[in-house]
Amino acid sequence: MTKYTDQGKQDTRSGYGAGMTELGRTNPNVVALCADLVGSLKIETFIEENPERFFQVGIAEANMMGLAAGLTIGGKIPFASSFANFATGRVYDQIRQSIAYSDKNVKICASHAGLTLGEDGATHQILEDIGLMKMLPGMTVINPCDFNQTKAATIAIADHHGPVYLRFGRPKVPNFTPVDQKFEIGKALMLNEGTDVTIIATGHLVWEALLAAESLENQGISAEVINIHTIKPLDEKAILDSVKKTGCVVTAEEHNYLGGLGESISGVLAMHHPAPQEFVATKDTFGESGTPEQLMEKYGLNNKAIEEAVLRVLKRK
Amino acid sequence: MAKNQELQDLVYQVRRDILRMVHKVNSGHPGGSLGCTEFFVALYNEVMDLKEGFDMDGIGEDLFFLSNGHISPVFYSVLARKGYFPVEELNTFRLINSRLQGHPTTHEGLPGVRIASGSLGQGMSVAIGAALAKKLNGDNHLVFSLHGDGELQEGQNWEAIMYAAGNRVDNLIATVDRNGQQIDGPTEKVLPLGDVAEKFKVFGWDVMEIANGNDLDQVVAGLKEAKSRTGKGKPVCIVMTTEMGNGVDFMMHTHAWHGKAPSDEQLAVALAQNPETLGDY
Repeated sequence: MTKYTDQGKQDTRSGYGAGMTELGRTNPNVVALCADLVGSLKIETFIEENPERFFQVGIAEANMMGLAAGLTIGGKIPFASSFANFATGRVYDQIRQSIAYSDKNVKICASHAGLTLGEDGATHQILEDIGLMKMLPGMTVINPCDFNQTKAATIAIADHHGPVYLRFGRPKVPNFTPVDQKFEIGKALMLNEGTDVTIIATGHLVWEALLAAESLENQGISAEVINIHTIKPLDEKAILDSVKKTGCVVTAEEHNYLGGLGESISGVLAMHHPAPQEFVATKDTFGESGTPEQLMEKYGLNNKAIEEAVLRVLKRK
Repeated sequence: MAKNQELQDLVYQVRRDILRMVHKVNSGHPGGSLGCTEFFVALYNEVMDLKEGFDMDGIGEDLFFLSNGHISPVFYSVLARKGYFPVEELNTFRLINSRLQGHPTTHEGLPGVRIASGSLGQGMSVAIGAALAKKLNGDNHLVFSLHGDGELQEGQNWEAIMYAAGNRVDNLIATVDRNGQQIDGPTEKVLPLGDVAEKFKVFGWDVMEIANGNDLDQVVAGLKEAKSRTGKGKPVCIVMTTEMGNGVDFMMHTHAWHGKAPSDEQLAVALAQNPETLGDY
């Protein structure tokens, strides 16, 4: 199978920060907003180099979303950032009315998504944000898998006109995608070709899917691995082409199975090519305190869980 | 004076438009719309510096944001009478496939509207954002906004009020329509707002009052005074006292007409109190 090398662990939020640094230097219309979490969002360099294009809003996320909507009127491209919980659930109606329904070119950039922020516990973890955001008409939803891809996605969404939800995380995870890989919104990436099962993963679970595929190969099972970084719009063709070949699918995400990537894929399959599917996702539950590794183990979100899901789905073919 | 008569004629006609719009579809919000008729007429025809035509970015002109979107009838009428879209289109208010949705939206591409509003309390943040964009663009024009008084019960306003003062957003004039009424009754009974002007002041705004927001001369003078107070380091707030349902005797001094349309007979009475000056649509 295709070999991917961990170029060294980095956090995806630093990929966002690096993307913002580059945008600060290349796109004068890009402005940044943050709600008292500058250090956590890694945008210090952007602020240092472009102080007039940074807006510190304080602990007031609702106002931040409105300011961002207003800044688009006059041609600015606002990147509004906070933790995923406070950038979605807390301000859903502000996003719905002032951004999505108003067709505003705002980029909502959310760190600490999912369980892996760890010890802070469920108040700061969110496992519902993909669902909340994908249900908004016109909203693009992106969950990149590593540092390089998060940086590339950050840069790419500045050139996409329309509201975007960009979701990333806190922990340091393997950085394995090519440093110069172009980010195409809505275009799935084939990471490993296989014939027995399709594993479709997003975000932190993509690396885990690769580890699972490697282990499965040793057991004589050929797993195709697809990285869906864009959950909406979904690359339906890539999904259908693969599942038509393999006949079954495992979806993997750091999110509730209700409302997540897996559910979107179920919809595509139900419409066009019904096939057995297993979900690697949280099971309609809140998170809790713990280390990222402990949480991913307890809530069934690691390579081992993916491998087990593959063995289950193969029996249903 | 001739100019004043023109504005007064427009006020009468806009009131007729509001009444006929809500009557036709037996829904909509005439009370607050009538209370703010003088404000809209003055703002769009005597105060704001506007370009010909409409583009979303609005660079090189003053901008207006309506936060209390339910008073869309007065907004639509004044926009149409100003030439943003055909006056006949007022006939489509709240009908299927119309650009004139119950609450204003950009979604159907109606010229003159730059943000959706209806879910209350969001407009001040948007207006501040637009004012910040003007500063970044080196555009010396102003941003105006209108807010219901009851709407100030939404917490987001106070985030925005704190932000605008703390960041010296001094190219913004936010007007509060202090009609003292909301759906469930007087604001001071539902959830007391207290001294609105004092609240803005202690948050760091430059606050002025228009004692009678239904007196055209006072509104024009007040808005011009507010313009002269911009650019001095503080956002400007106007607390404008109005009478809900103004210009129709049986709609005044009550909150009953917040979201209720007149019957055929009531419409006839109301129209008789407001002469057709510029031609009904």
